[in-house]
Amino acid sequence: MSGSPRVLAVASAGGHWIQLLRLAPAWDGCEVAYATTSADFRDHVARLAASRGQPAPGYHVLTDANRWQKLRLLRQAVEVLLLLLRLRPDVIVTTGASVGYFAIRFGRLLGARTLWLDSIANAKELSLSGARAGPIAHLWLTQWPELARPGGPRYEGQVL
Amino acid sequence: MIFLTVGTQEPFDRLVRAVDQWAATATMPVFGQLGALTPASYRPAHMEWAEFLPARLYEEKVAACRLMVAHAGMGSIISALTAMKPLLMLPRRASLGEHRNEHQLATAEKFAGRPGLHVAADERELPALLDRLLAAPEAPEAALSATASPELIAAVRRFILG
Repeated sequence: MSGSPRVLAVASAGGHWIQLLRLAPAWDGCEVAYATTSADFRDHVARLAASRGQPAPGYHVLTDANRWQKLRLLRQAVEVLLLLLRLRPDVIVTTGASVGYFAIRFGRLLGARTLWLDSIANAKELSLSGARAGPIAHLWLTQWPELARPGGPRYEGQVL
Repeated sequence: MIFLTVGTQEPFDRLVRAVDQWAATATMPVFGQLGALTPASYRPAHMEWAEFLPARLYEEKVAACRLMVAHAGMGSIISALTAMKPLLMLPRRASLGEHRNEHQLATAEKFAGRPGLHVAADERELPALLDRLLAAPEAPEAALSATASPELIAAVRRFILG
């Protein structure tokens, strides 16, 4: 891979997104795009990048959906697929939830390398989306050492 | 001011009702971010509230408050730790239809006892805890760093650079 891979950092708004942004130093020097379910954080990621001496990242808004909204989930999945076709990221990093699952699922089909970091909220068992996305991700991480296991997620530290 | 936040996805009537009932007789004003309400959701009478605050307003409320009250969500926990505000949490329970699974109970258990983070086992414990934390605020001792642990960042970076 060249010195500056294209990275897509994707998570739903809220706690997942806040955890994702705390990983930002990991993609310094890369060509970065963010995707989340709110238009609200465009300025924030631009400021965050500027504060680290990085160029302004891409920012893409996806439909928000919760567990009851099957049609919106479908729309979200289509949007994620279209975004991946447009951006063609080399690497996808996600902290969840459903947008991250779709990004890993479709990203693998398109040849991206994929990382699922399970939310630190899941202290006793993996999340539903994590249990589905983790096994198909190239790297599957948990934030609690006691949840790490062979053939399952690895522990490499926490977002706090 | 007390800033009450239950995330943006789903209402949390049990917490909002308990805080509203406390606010009815308290002098400390409360502002609530109550999430996407349904027609059947509880609507408080003794506090100002909004369903959803834009990011900038949310940060302003966190910065201005004396105490945060929230569900046991990571967004709320990280906000409170970053702003060094005391946080009182009531975990959502899937058994009461408040979430998909019981992970907020696990989160609350893991984070309870960190300086500044307080947990109410149920809504009946809330009023006394509110009074106690306002009388003697116990805030986080040091602001959270802005980024993840160096080990985790290094692991993610190794993966990205292949």
